[in-house]
Amino acid sequence: MSFVKLTASALAIAAVSATAASARDQIQIAGSSTVLPYATIVAEAFGENFDFPTPVVEGGGSGAGRKKMCEGVGENTIDIANSSSRIKQSDIDLCASNGVNEIMEVRIGYDGIVFASDINGPEFAFTPADWYNALAAQVVVDGKLVDNTNKTWADVNGDLADQAILAFIPGTKHGTREVFDVKVLEAGCKATGAYDIYKEANGGDKKKAAKACYTLRTDGVSVDIDGDYTETLARLEANPQALGVFGLSFYENNTDKLRVATMGGIVPSTESIATGEYPVSRPLFFYVKKAHLGVIPGLQEYIDFFVSDEIAGPDGPLAEYGLVSDPELAKTQEMVANGVPMGALN
Amino acid sequence: MTDASMPETSPSSKHTSSLLQQDVRTKKRNASEARFKAYGAIAIGIAILALVALMTSILANGSSAFRQTFISLDVYLDPAKLDKDGTRDPEAIAKVSTFGYAPLIKAAFDKEFEKPEIGLEGMKSSEAAKMISKEGPAELRRYVLENPDMIGETVRFDFLAGGRIDGYFKGRVTMESAERDKNVSPEQLQLADQLKAAGLLKTKFNWGFLTRADASENRPEAAGLGVAILGSFYMMIVVLVLALPIGVAASIYLEEFAPKNWFTDIIEVNISNLAAVPSIVFGILGLAIFINFAHLPQSAPIVGGLVLTLMTLPTIIIATRASLKAVPPSIRDAALGIGASKMQSVFHHVLPLAAPGILTGTIIGLAQALGETAPLLLIGMVAFVRDFPSAPPEGFFDPAAALPVQVYNWTQRSDPAFVERASGAIIVLLVFLLIMNAIAIILRRRFERRW
Repeated sequence: MSFVKLTASALAIAAVSATAASARDQIQIAGSSTVLPYATIVAEAFGENFDFPTPVVEGGGSGAGRKKMCEGVGENTIDIANSSSRIKQSDIDLCASNGVNEIMEVRIGYDGIVFASDINGPEFAFTPADWYNALAAQVVVDGKLVDNTNKTWADVNGDLADQAILAFIPGTKHGTREVFDVKVLEAGCKATGAYDIYKEANGGDKKKAAKACYTLRTDGVSVDIDGDYTETLARLEANPQALGVFGLSFYENNTDKLRVATMGGIVPSTESIATGEYPVSRPLFFYVKKAHLGVIPGLQEYIDFFVSDEIAGPDGPLAEYGLVSDPELAKTQEMVANGVPMGALN
Repeated sequence: MTDASMPETSPSSKHTSSLLQQDVRTKKRNASEARFKAYGAIAIGIAILALVALMTSILANGSSAFRQTFISLDVYLDPAKLDKDGTRDPEAIAKVSTFGYAPLIKAAFDKEFEKPEIGLEGMKSSEAAKMISKEGPAELRRYVLENPDMIGETVRFDFLAGGRIDGYFKGRVTMESAERDKNVSPEQLQLADQLKAAGLLKTKFNWGFLTRADASENRPEAAGLGVAILGSFYMMIVVLVLALPIGVAASIYLEEFAPKNWFTDIIEVNISNLAAVPSIVFGILGLAIFINFAHLPQSAPIVGGLVLTLMTLPTIIIATRASLKAVPPSIRDAALGIGASKMQSVFHHVLPLAAPGILTGTIIGLAQALGETAPLLLIGMVAFVRDFPSAPPEGFFDPAAALPVQVYNWTQRSDPAFVERASGAIIVLLVFLLIMNAIAIILRRRFERRW
């Protein structure tokens, strides 16, 4: 008797969960916290203007989002992964091993990374070399690498304010850090000549040389922030002497608290990033599981809507929020409409 | 008589013991007692100070979330824009997106500017239209779709004011900060003052904060707790329906029926240990079992409820066992003595007497579950969910948010208006917790019996 009851209830639970799983009618998205605000803006507008339910958008980080997408094909896996860095070969391999073979790569635009300080502090005009000399573990003095002992920004560059060096930079789990490493530290490393010394020491190995450039000093002047930009802002308010690294859209929402620094003489703005003058920027992507197109209602409409001119164009709500719209948007629209999956990584 | 020597020993003046004069050791003891009292008072003082500091900071930041600035405008629902063919066909009207409704608000400002007391030199109506929340066109569109016959009429709408305008009337935005702010200009604030003088701008109680769904980052003024409150409510239903029967059944068995041997001892130790397991561990377990293995949907209250059930069970079992133990054995013995079976004695006599204690324990367990965030992070509850879940039972499988998770979510947004919203959400959460704890106290006071 009790066995029958137990079986019956187990079956009932299984049936309920099965119907629930097959009845998913909303799009599920996860990934980068940088892309998250843009995705929520699009999801909201999508829900308002279409008869489909509003997509559910989750954060969690680029890498975590891609991993979740690669868990497999089916209703209880996500449809779209937002990413602030390009998909990695390891992700593609993981996807393939779980049966996710065709992925569409959609570039939605560019995001600038800005350096900002307290609004009441002095103005800064940086070059990548300044940042390298301020934060790197070893710097070049008279053609030789020595331990970094610079205390103030004026030590680094006589034109900068005489203010103690203290920088809040994104932690290593952030996509932003990767851009900071490549576009600022490596560029500064090359400009100061440290790169060549590292390359020589490593027998011409470029990768090892670049990696050596990313080594930061550990005496407390560079602080990794593992949280998001709100944490960086809070730390900056507690230490008005410090400099913080932010996304352009975050800065644009807090222009009354932050003073932005120029990089190589260029003020960061959506225009200067679109033209490529401002050096520290990166493309933002989302990745669509092609097997879910036509299965999850509204998925094709959502991605078409996302890259449409009224959303992702230069006058759309995303640009207004701080996204630098992609000059090649028309190409992306065509690609999305035709459902072209991405090729091999080059 | 043996007492004969008393009179000789009683004048013990050489021992210097007197009721009026304390000796050194008594002084020492009294002093240490006074010190202990002082330590206690200091400890409580620190606790109260911390509580007051916490409450004032939350209330100071969050109470403004319950008030909201609205701008009233007469909007002409232009048929040329909304229904070009004039067919009033719902499908044709639905083709006009929210972007098509934005010009109507601009036109409404153009009309307001005709009044002499409103408008600034050189200010365009497109600038003024930016003072209205981006939710405005969406509200207009929803209204027109519901009332297609109103096209061609002029209707008065109470629009949400944009986050910065709202912040101006709450003291968060000033003329100085507006000058440095890219999202608002001092002219817009001046216009807002004019609108207020003309009675078109009002600050009202913000019911929307409790009833609306979450909103995206560029319209913080439209963000509300509706979905989160409903999601938390659904999860609490799941927890109550699962944890109470299982917990009570388990404790009755363990307390009244189970033999006392090494096996039940191990179970007992494990239950106490489970109560101390960090809640994030239950989240990892829930992700592995309910989502990856049982294929339940993500972000759904059912999964959240199941995870919180696992977390609440030990609390309920411990509380239930304590209140069963508190029922005196004489009651069991009396029932058994007049021929009741063991089960009858438990269900007819012991359980009713223990019920208040069980309910108190359950409510406190639920309150704990209501405020729990960490396990929900892992099962996809930290999501942007804008659609309300449907009615149960299907609603248990729809995506939803939860109150504590909404707080976490809002603190990460870049617009400063979300800081106020997050603190407001904390206030709502605290009110719910206070209500639950108050119910627990009332139940205990009214129904608890002592022997």
